[in-house]
Amino acid sequence: MSFTADQIRQAMVDSILEVAPEADFATVRPDRSLRGQIDMDSFDFLTVLEHLHARLGVDVPEADYARMGTLDASVAYLASRLAKP
Amino acid sequence: MTPPDEDSLIRKDVSALPVPPNLADYEQARASFRWPAAARALSGLPGGSGLNIAHEAVDRHAQGARATHVALRWLGKDGSQRDFSYAGLAAWSARFANVLDALGVQRGDRVFLLAGRIPELYMAVLGALKHRCVVSPLFAAFGPEPIFTRMSIGAAAVLVTTTGLYRRKVSALRERLPQLRHVLVVREEAGEPLPVGTLDLAALLEDAAPQYRIGPTRPDDPALLHFTSGTTGKPKGAIHVHEAVVAHHATGALALDFHPEDVFWCTADPGWVTGTSYGIVAPLVHGLTLIVDEADFDAERWYDILGREAVSVWYTAPTAVRMMMKGGAASARNRTFARLRFIASVGEPLNPQAVTWGLEAFGLPIHDNWWQTETGGIMIANFAAMDIRPGSMGKPLPGIEAALVRRTADGGVALLAEPGVEGELALRRGWPSMFRGYLGEEERYLKCFAGEWYLTGDLARRDAEGYYWFVGRADDVIKSSGHLIGPFEVESAFMAHPAVAEAGVIGKPDPVAGEIVKAFVALKPGHAPGEALRRDLLAFVRKRLGTAVAPKEIDFVAALPKTRSGKILRRLLKARELGLPEGDLSTLEPGA
Repeated sequence: MSFTADQIRQAMVDSILEVAPEADFATVRPDRSLRGQIDMDSFDFLTVLEHLHARLGVDVPEADYARMGTLDASVAYLASRLAKP
Repeated sequence: MTPPDEDSLIRKDVSALPVPPNLADYEQARASFRWPAAARALSGLPGGSGLNIAHEAVDRHAQGARATHVALRWLGKDGSQRDFSYAGLAAWSARFANVLDALGVQRGDRVFLLAGRIPELYMAVLGALKHRCVVSPLFAAFGPEPIFTRMSIGAAAVLVTTTGLYRRKVSALRERLPQLRHVLVVREEAGEPLPVGTLDLAALLEDAAPQYRIGPTRPDDPALLHFTSGTTGKPKGAIHVHEAVVAHHATGALALDFHPEDVFWCTADPGWVTGTSYGIVAPLVHGLTLIVDEADFDAERWYDILGREAVSVWYTAPTAVRMMMKGGAASARNRTFARLRFIASVGEPLNPQAVTWGLEAFGLPIHDNWWQTETGGIMIANFAAMDIRPGSMGKPLPGIEAALVRRTADGGVALLAEPGVEGELALRRGWPSMFRGYLGEEERYLKCFAGEWYLTGDLARRDAEGYYWFVGRADDVIKSSGHLIGPFEVESAFMAHPAVAEAGVIGKPDPVAGEIVKAFVALKPGHAPGEALRRDLLAFVRKRLGTAVAPKEIDFVAALPKTRSGKILRRLLKARELGLPEGDLSTLEPGA
């Protein structure tokens, strides 16, 4: 199954809102550190990954967590990850 | 009853250790250790004018052979790096002390810190200690309510924070904190305008003189204020005094095996007691190089730091170890950690699998140790030269007398001498880093003692070989990622929501965090449970409490189980959550 960049971005936003429903994406800058703008600890981040898995069927290996520092970086990373056979 | 893990043993061969351990023979060290002698290992203020933590940690090294040695290597989130020599750190902390002086801040005034692990935090802690203020570091992941409660109890006179944290968490509290006179901020972005009512810390530091003479400091002058949580009531501000540095120094040598050329990394945040006692004070008092990483946990980044920075002693936490374990040992095994020789962990019991995972990943076992906010320093530990019983917290440090006790009806305690018997862990009072009070709550402080014994609130047992094993908490306090969270503080945040009739909060066992905070909420008439309300409640409490305290799960219930006197039976909530037998229900309110 393939997803557009917009669908991936929406899945990312929805997954974060499951964990941090107080997040205001109207003010989140997509090129800046997510955790600097939305209060999430490591446990919250792992829960976001579980929701992403449910929505997109994607698994993120621990070694790649650092590639999901911003919203833009996460979308780009997830797109490349989903594109792999 | 002997659990199977008590039989397994990781044997130590002292002659094979890369450096001779400071504590080679446990029994001998216990027999010969005396606190007055340990105190003489420190310098004291010049001219016999007392004992000050910042002098022992920084100035005495800056004035001696260690002046150019790297005291603190700071690793920025963005990959940048800043090194501070002992002379440099002495100058920066002197500047901060002069800033306080120029603002009219007095000896004994409380200086609070709310920031990530940025260099200014370390300058401020040490500088405020030099100015003989009482330092209280708060965790930056606290929300506005925990921040307000602590600053209010502590009557904060000064706050050091960042522009972003101030705007998001403090500015709205300002009117409720009338005693707060000065807010010193560090810009998160170059050139950004400062929030109204704040001062530019960088500019103040720049203009301040880099020399400061520490005034006379008594060993029992308050130095640090660390907040911890009980089951009921507000958080407790545990007061530690300058003399605590004697224990920081001694335990650094004995439990963490500090040697002069060590590069030490303590991964705890200074917002928690470990991040101050061992993330700032102990390694500096020993003249070591301290690694500070600004970034949050990331296993790959951590492996990089351990290798690249040639870390030799590493002090971390079970949650971090378990998160690394999830990624497998291969990542670590593919690297070299040429200088790493000692790993320790604190915060909650390290499960046997995690102890042995260290062997697999690093070729080194992980040494669990035990202490708490009130003890100020490590009390029970697995030592470099002592065989490890995986899952055990080890044995009491030299200078520390531990016991297991049962509280008696007359307010005293009975000692439990038999091996294997479960009891409350108690420590004989009198070690230098013992807390000297809960700020403003004398009665609560006195209740922690029975005669000569400080009662820790932790249940444990001791095996026939003298190793201690953690069993659980004697109260309802939640331990998540090694940090204590008071259920009352969380329940109070829920009660502020218009739909909530009552809330009960428990620690739910979790394979990585140890426990996570879970809330059970009963709604007022006219409100129906549902996903939208669950999210609304979650957003509501997260905004108030912050991620460090807010629950990770919320369940709706029709009513909470309570005693006849109306107290929420959190233990019953927990038993139900875990599908355990519910025990004696005779005191239960009918219908719950």
